[in-house]
Amino acid sequence: MLALALLLGASGVASADARKDAQSQAAFGISVAQRGLWQEAVFRWERAAEIDPTYAAAYNNLGIAFEQLGKFEQAGKAYEKALELEPQNLSIQQNYDLFKEINDRAKRNSGS
Amino acid sequence: MTARRGIPVASLALGAALSVVGCTSVFEVPIDTPIQAKLDVTPFQRVHVVGFVSGGTEDVDANMETVRLLRSQLRTKSRLRVIEADPLPLQQVARDQSAPAARTGNGGGAPEATPSSGAMPFPAKIQDEKDLEAYEALFANAAYWKKIGEEFQQPLIVTGSVIFRPHQASGIVTQEREVYDQFGRRQVVPMRVYMERKGYILRPKFVFIDGRTGAVLYQESYREERLYPTQQNVPALSSFFEQMDAVLPSFLNTLSTTRVRGSRILLK
Repeated sequence: MLALALLLGASGVASADARKDAQSQAAFGISVAQRGLWQEAVFRWERAAEIDPTYAAAYNNLGIAFEQLGKFEQAGKAYEKALELEPQNLSIQQNYDLFKEINDRAKRNSGS
Repeated sequence: MTARRGIPVASLALGAALSVVGCTSVFEVPIDTPIQAKLDVTPFQRVHVVGFVSGGTEDVDANMETVRLLRSQLRTKSRLRVIEADPLPLQQVARDQSAPAARTGNGGGAPEATPSSGAMPFPAKIQDEKDLEAYEALFANAAYWKKIGEEFQQPLIVTGSVIFRPHQASGIVTQEREVYDQFGRRQVVPMRVYMERKGYILRPKFVFIDGRTGAVLYQESYREERLYPTQQNVPALSSFFEQMDAVLPSFLNTLSTTRVRGSRILLK
């Protein structure tokens, strides 16, 4: 039992480190996105998602960036992954709902 | 597992979970999402808004106003060069095409047009949507549109129909009223009141035709309605432009990519 507790503790520390690294990538992505540098922001948020694949914020931000870049399929996948990780997160849900409206319109335009 | 041993395990797991979750910061960011055009207009250099079959109120010349409005919008919001030419008298053209005289070439510029034999009779005046049915054959007359295309160096042709008619309705509507309580404090409360209202209905249909072949590429219909309190005397032309404003983004999105502004929430 003690071994299990130590193991859980160690993995908790490791994932806390991963989350910290991912957060610093995400923060940098936010600062560049706010200056309109969306490609660089995508790179940072993809990096954050690689470092910590359970970090919903990274996928949410990727969804926004792909939307801004007109890559609707990738945006949809990113938002869905974010919601899978944090289904109760209202900010992600709100972003996804707004995205779906735009995506429906784009689909109507393309006739698909 | 005893309760005593269970506590540290649970607290460790909780601690790890808390350190992973941490605090989330939110940042609202404006975005500008591109929506691709409905039509691929790359084969065209020019666009010709030729005119519309129109009807409804006589207070507004829906054909002229629509032509003028669309041309001015296309001049600034599309890469296509807008052809400046007098709008075609499409109602007359449609009548001529359906008359036997069209076959002999005396029909107001309808060459080789296949007259719609046995077609619906043309109404004396276009009042509403059902009066437009007789004119449908005009938009499908590829030979006619191809001839128009040849005259203007094969542009993208924009035509269709516009009905702008008065409308009245009465019923219960919700209004916001100011009320003051006993301490003189102002409040705005919703109140349901019976109201007679009048206004206008706008029914534009835009038809996009390939000036090289005369074929219809795309068409889209819209319906807008505005009602105003009877004591508010809104000029027909104001209402027309108010309603056209609502339709224009979608019209322009047919020909060019538009960007939808909004905001999203970034998370850290």
